[in-house]
Amino acid sequence: MRKETIAAISTGMTNSGIGIVRISGEEAVLVADRIYRGKKKLCEVKSHTINYGYIVDREISSAEKKSEEVIDEVLVTVMKAPGTFTGEDTVEINCHGGTFVVKKVLELVLKNGASPAEPGEFTKRAFLNGKMDLSQAEAVIDVINSENEYALQSSVSQLKGSVKKKINDIRKKIIYHTAFIETALDDPEHISVDGYSDTLRSSAEEIIQELERLIHSADDGRVIKEGIKTVIVGKPNAGKSSLLNVLAGHERAIVTDIEGTTRDVLEETIKLGGLNLNVVDTAGIRQTEDLIEKIGVDKALEYAETADLIIYVVDASRSLDENDEKIINMISDKKSIVLLNKSDIDTVISAEHIKEKVSNIPIISISAKEERGIKDLEDKVKEMFLKGDISFNDQVYISNVRQKNALLEALESMKKVIRSIDDNMPEDFYSIDLMDAYESLGYITGNSVGEDLINEIFSKFCMGK
Amino acid sequence: MKYSANSVWENKDQYDIAVVGAGHAGCEAALACARLGFKTVMFTVSVDSIALMPCNPNIGGSSKGHLVKEIDALGGEMGKVIDKTFIQSKMLNQSKGPAVHSLRAQADKSDYSKEMRRVLEEQDNLDIRQMEVTDIIADDPNESGIRKIKGVQTYSGAIYPCKAVILCTGTYLKARCIYGEISTQTGPNGLQSANYLTDSLKSLGIKMYRFKTGTPARIDKNSIDFTKMEEQKGDERVVPFSFTTDPEDVQIDQVSCWLTYTNETTHEIIRENLDRSPLFSGAIEGTGPRYCPSIEDKVVKFPDKNRHQVFIEPEGIHTNEMYVGGMSSSLPEDVQYAMYRSVPGLEHAKIVRNAYAIEYDCIDARQLKSTLEFKNIEGLFSGGQFNGSSGYEEAAAQGIVAGINAARKLQGKEGIVIDRSQGYIGVLIDDLVTKESREPYRMMTSRAEYRLLLRQDNADQRLTKIGYKIGLISEERYEKLLEKERLIEEEIHRVERVNIGTSEEVQNLLKTYESTPLTSGTTLAELIRRPELSYEKLAPIDKNRKNLPEDVAQQVDINIKYDGYIKRQMRQVEQFKKLENKKIPEDINYDEIKSLRIEAKQKLNQIRPASIGQASRISGVSPADVSVLLVYLGSR
Repeated sequence: MRKETIAAISTGMTNSGIGIVRISGEEAVLVADRIYRGKKKLCEVKSHTINYGYIVDREISSAEKKSEEVIDEVLVTVMKAPGTFTGEDTVEINCHGGTFVVKKVLELVLKNGASPAEPGEFTKRAFLNGKMDLSQAEAVIDVINSENEYALQSSVSQLKGSVKKKINDIRKKIIYHTAFIETALDDPEHISVDGYSDTLRSSAEEIIQELERLIHSADDGRVIKEGIKTVIVGKPNAGKSSLLNVLAGHERAIVTDIEGTTRDVLEETIKLGGLNLNVVDTAGIRQTEDLIEKIGVDKALEYAETADLIIYVVDASRSLDENDEKIINMISDKKSIVLLNKSDIDTVISAEHIKEKVSNIPIISISAKEERGIKDLEDKVKEMFLKGDISFNDQVYISNVRQKNALLEALESMKKVIRSIDDNMPEDFYSIDLMDAYESLGYITGNSVGEDLINEIFSKFCMGK
Repeated sequence: MKYSANSVWENKDQYDIAVVGAGHAGCEAALACARLGFKTVMFTVSVDSIALMPCNPNIGGSSKGHLVKEIDALGGEMGKVIDKTFIQSKMLNQSKGPAVHSLRAQADKSDYSKEMRRVLEEQDNLDIRQMEVTDIIADDPNESGIRKIKGVQTYSGAIYPCKAVILCTGTYLKARCIYGEISTQTGPNGLQSANYLTDSLKSLGIKMYRFKTGTPARIDKNSIDFTKMEEQKGDERVVPFSFTTDPEDVQIDQVSCWLTYTNETTHEIIRENLDRSPLFSGAIEGTGPRYCPSIEDKVVKFPDKNRHQVFIEPEGIHTNEMYVGGMSSSLPEDVQYAMYRSVPGLEHAKIVRNAYAIEYDCIDARQLKSTLEFKNIEGLFSGGQFNGSSGYEEAAAQGIVAGINAARKLQGKEGIVIDRSQGYIGVLIDDLVTKESREPYRMMTSRAEYRLLLRQDNADQRLTKIGYKIGLISEERYEKLLEKERLIEEEIHRVERVNIGTSEEVQNLLKTYESTPLTSGTTLAELIRRPELSYEKLAPIDKNRKNLPEDVAQQVDINIKYDGYIKRQMRQVEQFKKLENKKIPEDINYDEIKSLRIEAKQKLNQIRPASIGQASRISGVSPADVSVLLVYLGSR
């Protein structure tokens, strides 16, 4: 179902570090409040104010435990209608965390009640709300057309055959089941739907798995396109900056032997085996009273929280201390790789040492100085991030936020079907969610529902009279 | 005064409205017009065929039952007549959700016709005239290409001047009945066809289609061996169609229907004689409906099915004729005998009437506005199979809307449009006037996108206020509805607030229905939402419950139980309404809008939608086209 409130990233997707997610519509403030944590709720702040706070993912897990994950530190502009670009309530979230974070924030906004904006939709709304001169109408139409063309080219046509085929296969299954149920409802004396829920459940479960795989692929696609947000952690002087330099191929961070020289966050895009690593080097983690250093440490922790990948550099020539313990605690449930650095000099720590502490995390011995073990790191990263069933070489992926959103919506609808079956709801309720899933998937392949259901009913099932 | 044979005689009765046809559409249309105070004349080729059911002997069925309830809620007649003349009744889909429960009644066909005829005859302002209408008389087109209706002319040459005409010609226009090599130029049941009107309509610029449908044989009851069939009884407790019928009045002795099956022998006979079927030989050119295929269609299209169901249904109490549901055909007579006699129980079947296919002229309904008035001919309305639909209920639904709107036209009031969120009638008419259909259109529950809201049980709450506003619903009936709504609202309010503790009585009741025991207190509403419980089942633990009428209790139960889904659809309806309310001016020039794609321009020019919402449902009009339209309209 399309919602009235829309959202999109309103800055270009460059690596500018700052990006704005714009939300417009009646529920703009409500949607923003669902993911915002600040001094005041956004619905309580004055119009046309800038507010400092955090974007948080308030996931309610299956155990109904509420958890909050901080995504980014942001400035949020709240502007109430009519004095806005679109003439509607508008919220703009200024993110700082680079392209990945901006997209993540947009995904959150969509998950919490907004629809992805259609091409040219902000402009269209601005016009329809009388925010533009009549003479601009023509121009607005051009914007809609050109953006629409661009979106079509860049989304539907970039869908390579295999993804399109997969989505079409899923749609075919969904419409078949719906048509069967509907035929039985329309002609109950000829066709019985009794016991069909078991058939539907197993098929729906398969569809859910397929959708989840596609969503993984979508993440692969994002990973390929935008890079993996990577954080290198390790106690001071473990060799983090030298590793970064080796990977980057040139001197970026200032490497010294004095602990704590990497004071602020550096970002670098590094190509590793065809993947882009957006590497954030952080100040070495250590407990310190030094204020500037403290910011660095906090940042490190914060970045590690939202990173796709944590590379933990261990100085193999020094024994583990409480700093390492702290890091190990943090990375134990995250996607991480342990690098045993300085394997070129006398080592006091072996892989076994680390394994005792974190058994599930891969450990690679390297020497940043002599550039050994880099290939192993590369292979490991590929193994970890290209997990969908679409191989990397095909370059087939779903990367568009709207497409991923549509997949997530379809997944949610299919889960509702299972829930309805579990709750023993009557069969006619299944069709509601089945058709929602069908429609969401059609959004990706550019097909609308139209008369599909009626046609399927007539072509596949024999009605009476 | 002397009349000469060649002079044109003008009728001086000063009719306001002429209804052409006295089938299910014509009856509702004529009644609506007359009841709204307009002098109405209804033409039919045979007074004895008023409200005839030339095909299946039932009213209602999945989604069609909804239509009958809606017609009744608006102040129509079909529900009342079937309540008086049914011989068996069933609520279909009872094990499913409330949205798809649907009433289906077996009618005594002849009683139904007689009862409807009696109602028409007793109606003030309404005259019945047996005569074929051959011409529609209209002005020459004005500068915008619009004509205005002036009257009709009959086969006798007489002219009946009037201000509005409603065409409900059913399957009679240039009708041809066919089986095997035999074809006759007749309407259904051997009735006279109407062979002139098509040409008159074409001369007015109306685009015609040719459709086809069919009916099975009727068999003498005395020749059937029912011991080889399964008996199909009616419901123990019958629910009436009309909201005005006292439920006690419909608890009658019912007759049974019978179920048997075709078999491989039947299919073999059909397959061997396919070359003699006019459908396969190409003798039939009309487009048949996919939803009620002939038995030969079923055998060809679904070769894997080794049997098809056959329902033997009585045509009435005063006749031995039995309808053979599921086996409509246009095969030759000798093949029909062999085919029917291969079915268990029909071994010695005597055919009273042959099965046949019928071809007839109808219109492309996209020439109509949502009010069922022709876009290019002011005062000309149409309804029923003439508009490309099929089914008695679909016909009646359009009939009442066409009647209401013809009357409102003469009242100088805006037409009534029931939209897709208000009723199946709205879905039916919107589909007909918006989407291209190359086969007779049948109502189906899957066509209604907001069907959770469009239930048969709440048709009165959806439409009776509209009927009252129009003038077809009495003050008394309206007041009763308001009272019902008040009771429902109060009770829902109460039930949402009644707290239920974890007393032993409560836990025991839950145990009875295998429902999880409570760990802490909750509201009665929450318990009703559990799939295994209901408002009624929880009565023992709801101490302060008032004794409410059955229909009120039912509404409380449904509204609370499916609250989540209902609210979800209501939100969708809100979105839908926004686009429906964005009207497109009638004089819009689509060629002027440069950015529309060519296909969209053509479709929009052809259909000329009334609103952005309707435009968005036209195939070939993309979301981007809709955006362009919105911006264009905004700039006007």
